[in-house]
Amino acid sequence: MRRTLLAALGAVAVLLLVVLASLAPPARGDDASLEPGSVERGEVLYRAGCQTCHGPAGGGVDPWPAIANAGEASADFQLRTGRMPHAGEPDDQAQPKPPAYDEQSIRDLVAFVGSLGDGPAIPDPVIDESLLQRGQQLFAVNCAPCHGATGNGGAVGGGAIAWPLTDASPRIVAEAMLAGPGQMPVFALPDDDLSAVATYVQYLQEAPNPGGFAIGGIGPVPEGFVAWVVGAGLLIAIAWLIGRRWSKPEGDEPA
Amino acid sequence: MFRWFDDRLGIAGWTRGGLRKVFPDHWSFLFGEVALFCLVVLVATGVFLTLFYVPDATLVTYEGSYLPLHGQRMSAAYESVLDLSFDVQAGLVMRQVHHWAALVFVAVIVVHQLRVFFTGAYRKPRELNWLIGIGLLVFALAMGITGYSLPDDLLSGTGLRIIYSAVISIPFIGPWAAFLLFGGEFPTEAIVSRLFVFHIMLLPALLLGAVGLHLAILWRQTHTQFAGEGAREDRIVGKAFWPSQVFKSTGLMLLTAAVLALMGGLIQINPVWTYGPFDPTRVSAPSQPDWYVGWLDGALRLFPPIEFTLVGVTIPSPFLPGVLLPGLAFGIMTLWPFLESWVTGDHREHHILERPRDAPVRTAIGVAALTVFVVLTLSAGNDVASLILRIPVEETTNLLRFAVVVLPVVFAVITYRICRELQRRELASLAGRPVAVRLERNEAGGFTPEDE
Repeated sequence: MRRTLLAALGAVAVLLLVVLASLAPPARGDDASLEPGSVERGEVLYRAGCQTCHGPAGGGVDPWPAIANAGEASADFQLRTGRMPHAGEPDDQAQPKPPAYDEQSIRDLVAFVGSLGDGPAIPDPVIDESLLQRGQQLFAVNCAPCHGATGNGGAVGGGAIAWPLTDASPRIVAEAMLAGPGQMPVFALPDDDLSAVATYVQYLQEAPNPGGFAIGGIGPVPEGFVAWVVGAGLLIAIAWLIGRRWSKPEGDEPA
Repeated sequence: MFRWFDDRLGIAGWTRGGLRKVFPDHWSFLFGEVALFCLVVLVATGVFLTLFYVPDATLVTYEGSYLPLHGQRMSAAYESVLDLSFDVQAGLVMRQVHHWAALVFVAVIVVHQLRVFFTGAYRKPRELNWLIGIGLLVFALAMGITGYSLPDDLLSGTGLRIIYSAVISIPFIGPWAAFLLFGGEFPTEAIVSRLFVFHIMLLPALLLGAVGLHLAILWRQTHTQFAGEGAREDRIVGKAFWPSQVFKSTGLMLLTAAVLALMGGLIQINPVWTYGPFDPTRVSAPSQPDWYVGWLDGALRLFPPIEFTLVGVTIPSPFLPGVLLPGLAFGIMTLWPFLESWVTGDHREHHILERPRDAPVRTAIGVAALTVFVVLTLSAGNDVASLILRIPVEETTNLLRFAVVVLPVVFAVITYRICRELQRRELASLAGRPVAVRLERNEAGGFTPEDE
C-alpha cells in the first residue's frame, strides 16, 4: 500500500517533469539558401496551387487575401513554415506544419510572388553577439507582450496564438517581423534591429538556462502546479509515512 | 550541567511534565508541522538572501555576467537579484529554494487549514487558535506578495501595478491609502525599500510571533483527537512528546528541508533575468502572480467590468472582485466558528474531532468554497490554458464564469449526498450487532450493567 502510493506519486512527478520538459525548444534546422528561384517555374506552381484563392495576379479572391504586395519575405515565411497552403476556413489562423513544397519549388514560388508587386525582400539577419542587448530591449517592448518573455508563445484573443519562437530560425524571425503574418503587426525595422531581435531569439533558444528544469518557461502557472503536485504532494506523502500509526498509543492523560 | 540550569531556573519539573505530554497521533495532524518546517527553511534561506539583496530603486548600469542585460539601466534592487542569480556562490539555488519553500509553505498551510475545517477542530475551546491561524495565513500571503515584488523585474512590477489599482479602487479612501502605502503615484522610488522593510522585519515579526502563540495555545489546550481506542472527550490518548513525537518531528523537518532543497536545486523557478528590468510602459504575457494570489487575479479576470457611482463617488471595476471578494472571504472564514455555534446552538466544548461525514452541511459548504477557490485560481491562468488547449481566451473565460457559479452548487450537493450515504451505511452495518455493555460486579456476586 505504502509502496504503491510512493510509486504512484513518483510516476506522477516524473510524468509531469517529462511533459513540462517537452515544452522546451526542439532542435532547429539550418537557414535555407538565399539563391533566388525561377519566376517562370514559380508561375507554373502558382497557377496550380495558389491562384484559386489568391487570384491570377495575387489580387485575392474574396474572402481570401491579396498577396500582390506581400513580397518575397512574406511568401518565404508562409511557405517555409508550412502555413501555406492554408488548411481550414479563411478566418482560421494559418497553422505551422511541414512545408508542402520542396526547397527549389519554394524558391521559385517566392520569386514569382515577389515579381507580382512591391513588398519586402527576404532579409538576411546576422547573428551578432554585440547586438544582444539591443535585441533584448526590442524583444521586451515589441515581442514579449504576445510571444512571452521567454518566447514560448501566448494566447492573443479570438482563438489566435502568438506561436512559440522555440524553433524559429533567425531568417524566419526577421521575415515574420517584415511580413506581419496573421494578427501580428508589421515591424518594419532597419536591418540591424532585425539582426538584434534574431540574435536575442537565438540566445533564448540556445544559451544555457540556469536553474534546472525550465518547466515550460511560461511563468508562475506551471510553478504553482509543481509546488502543489511535487512539493505539497511529496510532503503530504511523507507526513503520512511518518505520522501513520506504527504502534499502539503509549499513554493517556486528562484533556 | 542540567542541574546548574535547574538550580537557577527551577525548570526540571516543568520539563519532565512537558516531555511526557501526550499528543494524539494521526498523520493528518502533521500538516501544521510541515508548514512550520517550511518556515524554518524560509528563514534560513531568507537570511542568506538578505546578505546580498539591495533594497534600492536607484538606477544603475548592469555590469554582471548575464549578457543580454549587460550595460542596461535597471534598479539596484534588480541588479542585486541578477548578481544573486549569476555571480554569488550558491545564490541561485538559495533563491530557488526560498521561492519553492514559499509556494509550498502556503500550500501546506491551506492543507492544514482544510484539515482543521473539515474535522471541526476549530470548535470551542479552540476558536482562538483558528483566529490566529487566519492571521498566520494573512501574514504568509503578505510575505509572499511582498517577496514576489522585491526583485523589481517586469513580472513583479506588473503585479504591483495591479495591487496599486486594487487599493486605489477602494471607495472614498482609495487614493489616500494607495499613496500612503506606495509613497506617491505608481511607480514610486519608495516602494522597493518599503516592501523590503515589510518582508524582512514587520511581517516576519508578526508571523513568528503568531506562530509562537499558535503553538503555545496548542500546548495549553492539548491537541484534538479522533474517536477510538479509549479516546474520549475528557481523555487524550497518544504518544509522549519525548521520545516519539520529537523523533517524528525531527525526521519530518529533515525530509521537508530535503524536498525543498531538491526542488530548488532541480527545478527552475522565477527566472527573473528573462523578464528584464521593470518598466511601467512594458508588460509581457503570460503574466501571473504566484499561485496563492491566483484566486484574486482570477476573480479580476472573470468578473464583468461593473463600475457604478455611490454617493457621488465612482466605484471602479476592480473594487468588487479585487477588494470586496477577499474581504468577504476572509470575513466569513474569521467568523466561521462563531457562525456555526450560533446556527447550531452548540456551545459545548469539543476535543473529539468530527469526520467530514459527521457534519454533512459543514462539509458541503467547505467543498463549495473550495471549488470557488480552485476555479478562480485556475482562471488566473486562462490565457495559459488557451495557449495549451488552443481554445480562444474568450471561450475559456466564459466557461470559467459558468463553472465558478455552477460547480460549487453541484459539488456541494454531491458532497452532501455522499456524506449522508456514508452515515446511512455505517448505521446499517451496526444494525443487528450485539451492543457491548460494561458489567460491574455487584455485592451479591452477580453482574449488573453499568449505565453510562
